[in-house]
Amino acid sequence: MTEPAPTEPDPTDSRTETGHERIRRLFADAESDGRAVLLPYLTAGLPSVEESPSLFSAMADAGADGFEVGIPYADPLMDGPVIMEAGERALEAGVTVDRALDVVRSVVDTTGKPVLVMTYVNPVLRRGIGGFFSRVAASGASGVIVADLPADEAAPFARAAGEHGLGLVLFVAPTTDDDRLEHVVASDPVFVYAIAEIGVTGERDDASVNIEALAERIRSRSDLPIVFGVGISTPGHASIAASHGDGVIVGTAVVRRVLEADSAVEAANDLSTFVAELRAATDVSRVARR
Amino acid sequence: MKLERPDARGRYGTFGGMYAPETLMPALFELETAFTEAWSDDDFHAELDHLLRTFVGRPTPVFRAARLSDRLGVDLWFKREDLAHTGAHKINNTVGQGLLAKRMGKPRVIAETGAGQHGVATATACALFGLECEVYMGEKDIERQALNVYRMQMLGTKVIPVTSGAGTLKDAVSEAMRDWVSSVETTHYIIGSVVGPHPFPWIVRELQKVIGEELQQQMPADGIPAPEVIVASVGGGSNAMGIFYPYAADGGVELVGVEAGGLGLASGKHGASLGVGSPGVIHGSMTYMLQDDFGQVLEAHSVSAGLDYPGVGPEHAYFKDEDLVRYESVSDDEAMEAFHLMAQTEGIIPALESAHALAWIVNEADQLRGRTVVLNLSGRGDKDVQQVAALYD
Repeated sequence: MTEPAPTEPDPTDSRTETGHERIRRLFADAESDGRAVLLPYLTAGLPSVEESPSLFSAMADAGADGFEVGIPYADPLMDGPVIMEAGERALEAGVTVDRALDVVRSVVDTTGKPVLVMTYVNPVLRRGIGGFFSRVAASGASGVIVADLPADEAAPFARAAGEHGLGLVLFVAPTTDDDRLEHVVASDPVFVYAIAEIGVTGERDDASVNIEALAERIRSRSDLPIVFGVGISTPGHASIAASHGDGVIVGTAVVRRVLEADSAVEAANDLSTFVAELRAATDVSRVARR
Repeated sequence: MKLERPDARGRYGTFGGMYAPETLMPALFELETAFTEAWSDDDFHAELDHLLRTFVGRPTPVFRAARLSDRLGVDLWFKREDLAHTGAHKINNTVGQGLLAKRMGKPRVIAETGAGQHGVATATACALFGLECEVYMGEKDIERQALNVYRMQMLGTKVIPVTSGAGTLKDAVSEAMRDWVSSVETTHYIIGSVVGPHPFPWIVRELQKVIGEELQQQMPADGIPAPEVIVASVGGGSNAMGIFYPYAADGGVELVGVEAGGLGLASGKHGASLGVGSPGVIHGSMTYMLQDDFGQVLEAHSVSAGLDYPGVGPEHAYFKDEDLVRYESVSDDEAMEAFHLMAQTEGIIPALESAHALAWIVNEADQLRGRTVVLNLSGRGDKDVQQVAALYD
């Protein structure tokens, strides 16, 4: 790893820093560096539990600021065919919640980057909300994203996240009306996940037409970091998202490269190239952005 | 006690709720508002009632199953939903929700289907109202319910095969929801059972409770003794909810829901979400479901495509915990025997779903001796004839 561990702050700080604070610091640092936060998404355990961390390392070396690591789920209602297939492959390979969180532990330890765990509601409830968040915190992750958890059902999740120092992410979609938007930002998520496209995850040919208006609607009500995701498929798309938001999540375009690769080494090489392109596209200066 | 409406958060006790991607949430609230307004609008009721009478053929008759009564020693009656237009109770829901889609100005409708009856009923309502219609159906179900695929196509509906998972009802619901996440601004999703995020379980129950309400009027009017036991099959649970709801918490009537026992509860290959499942979230709702230790949804199994579902409506989960309804199960084999028994003893080929309800009555005939029992004959079995014939080849 060429980059110095990104967290070399004053040691008293790092001992007490919660996951929530870690994520917030990520945005503060990116802002002062004049770039948007780049968070690639990848399902845990691909192509295998053993090889999975190497893909995250390749992305970290290429300039990823942190990661969204997916726990594979059998019935992912928010995901298109590519991430669905990734989940199916991981489940067939025996990637349970615990194994996925072992991957998270390894990613956190080897890259030093903050990790957000992505899951659906039911695996959390099955373990018990408190138990799940406790286990996630023990893995070294900093935050949690629950794809089918609207703000309306989020209170017990937010409580558990608070108890374990984790950041909980909440969503805003282009369909979200102003009343709901107020409710989401008032719930104090660690950041707002701004859904760029009306639809499930998956690559799109054209950049989202919703980004600018959505960013303005959120920004006029809150200072929370805004991260765009869903449909952001190319460096060009990422650049547009970065120019209006504080961060960018790229999922399907990353996952597809892993599914298409013949080996973990090939996947790592492809991701390295792709993430470097995304990095360059999201190094948009704060001044230019505002 | 039973609830008129779920609470403000869409809950029946601890069950129900709205676990949906944010993109869908505004549409769910829009739907709740639209249905609340329509349901308190006399004009909406008048139009719906007129269609139920002249298009669907309601009220459906109550029929005394005389030869089966003699044979089983039970005073057995059938509520004949199989005689409703398109051959099942599903049309009660789709005509109501079709009217609602029109009222909301949504030009396109999507639906999922397992046995194909809900797909046919949705295709029918869309043809009636001039709405564009696409129906998601699992690959495996397309095979075993081929007749209903042709019927949907003849009605002008596009049937979209679903290849994910086991290619059955659960996967069809998931695919329909994914479509809806993308198309929500122009599309109404007519869900086929009392499942899904609020307000769907409430809307479908309100549209199906006509079954039980008719029965409450018909039996005294025809001089029939009041039912002591009402039996219905339960997959997602819409036919059962339709006939149970008006009687629930009545005290006088024993309500029995019969789930798919498949190859036996111990085999793990069944659809008994209430019988041996545990609480969790499936398709946007907290309910009893089949899941593993890690919260992954398990595949259900049933010879009946309509009962081949690893979840169940949240109000049934509530009824179970409140002891308002007793939930039992019968195996594939018992249901098949009952299928033939009804055909040969009463001259009615039942849907394999409804055959489950009869199978339970056969199993419990000794306990039911001399009592007045109503079976909700939720659908006719034409769709199953090919599949049953193949099993005996």
